[in-house]
Amino acid sequence: MQELKHLKESASQTAGPYVHIGCVPNFCDIKGVYPHDLGDTMVNAETRGERITIKGTVYDGTGTPLKDAMVEIWQADANGIYPSNDPRGAADPNFTGWGRKAGDYDTGEWAFDTIRPGAVPFPDGRMMAPHITFWIVARGINIGLHTRMYFPDADNGADPLLMRIEHQNRVPTLIARLETDGVYRFDIHLQGEKETVFLDV
Amino acid sequence: MTDQNGAFFHRDRSWQPPAYCPNYKTSVVRSPQKALISMNTTLSEQTGPVFGHNILGALDNDLILNYAAEGEMAIGERIIVHGRVLDQNGRGIPGVLLEFWQANAGGRYRHKKEGYLAPLDPNFGGCGRTITDENGGYSFRTIKPGAYPWPNRANDWRPAHIHFSLFGSGFAQRLITQMYFEGDPLIWKCPIVETIPSREAIEQLIAPLDMENTVPMDARAYKFDMVLRGRRSTLFENRKEGN
Repeated sequence: MQELKHLKESASQTAGPYVHIGCVPNFCDIKGVYPHDLGDTMVNAETRGERITIKGTVYDGTGTPLKDAMVEIWQADANGIYPSNDPRGAADPNFTGWGRKAGDYDTGEWAFDTIRPGAVPFPDGRMMAPHITFWIVARGINIGLHTRMYFPDADNGADPLLMRIEHQNRVPTLIARLETDGVYRFDIHLQGEKETVFLDV
Repeated sequence: MTDQNGAFFHRDRSWQPPAYCPNYKTSVVRSPQKALISMNTTLSEQTGPVFGHNILGALDNDLILNYAAEGEMAIGERIIVHGRVLDQNGRGIPGVLLEFWQANAGGRYRHKKEGYLAPLDPNFGGCGRTITDENGGYSFRTIKPGAYPWPNRANDWRPAHIHFSLFGSGFAQRLITQMYFEGDPLIWKCPIVETIPSREAIEQLIAPLDMENTVPMDARAYKFDMVLRGRRSTLFENRKEGN
């Protein structure tokens, strides 16, 4: 029999408590190496779409905020097109789609200024409800955690991913809360009763 | 384009470290207890941010100089770290943004939450980045980091290591890992290394000394290749005949 020659993916390791040095050096007072931290700004004055802010905190299994987590998001533009590698065409050139924030050193809270994404199709052609992809790393997290944020003021009932979650009582962990006009809160619970649904994508 | 945007090979979770590893104490309350929900990748994971060489400054891949005062250099063992980023099909991946960070030669990180008594090096910041070339190749220059004590068990020390963050072309490939150095006896005592289930997977994170690429009278070289998830073709995804 012939051999399959696929390589194994490199093993993940924790980002550690000092992930800021490499990923957000200006945030941790290492100035003058990079002009600004990558992922700091997702929009500019020309970006199309409804401006929103997404904020939240990552909590551990004891209910304590993580003050050393780093959160990245990836989302489509207002028309539902991804800013790179999207086979369906060009996205809004004034939108990066990708953001990266470290939690505040004292409170653990992070916030992204972005736009509300348009809907994107599932591989079988059904439309997924508008959502934002999250990736979370920190000390104590051995491999980055994937999840999604959905909007409380959208129709999520026919979303192909949400529908296939067996424990439907966990679906609300993926839905942000409208905090004030245009500001959504999406807290992430790593463990316990309120545990966020994490994805093996 | 269809091929480029194919679904990713499923991640082998038995090869990757599990979330809960009690010898690495912080993981105890930071590990999900419920099963992950498995799904095939969609456009949301098959796409991802792509970075152009225009983001790079001239010294971004030289940690000996990128934080140093004019005419000065970081102190420590001068090394070159180089290698390739491959996909699981063995093909080099061009355009991968690599970010790396590390402690200085004495094991001290430039971070306000770090209290180790070894001193900071005024000429060493500890961060760098580069983007892989058309063959997936990369290199950077730095000083070899020192081992570093940490509050886990009473006498735990991290082996010398460099942290790496990698962006492939899809967000599903997002990976953070650590590179270790050939022959370091601390590797086999470290509870963070030990989160990786197999010796074979750990060996894949150990960079060998590479005398062929060592620059005489200047800097030794270490070779470190990394592998990101591969993609399968999607040409026939919605057709009965399959792939």
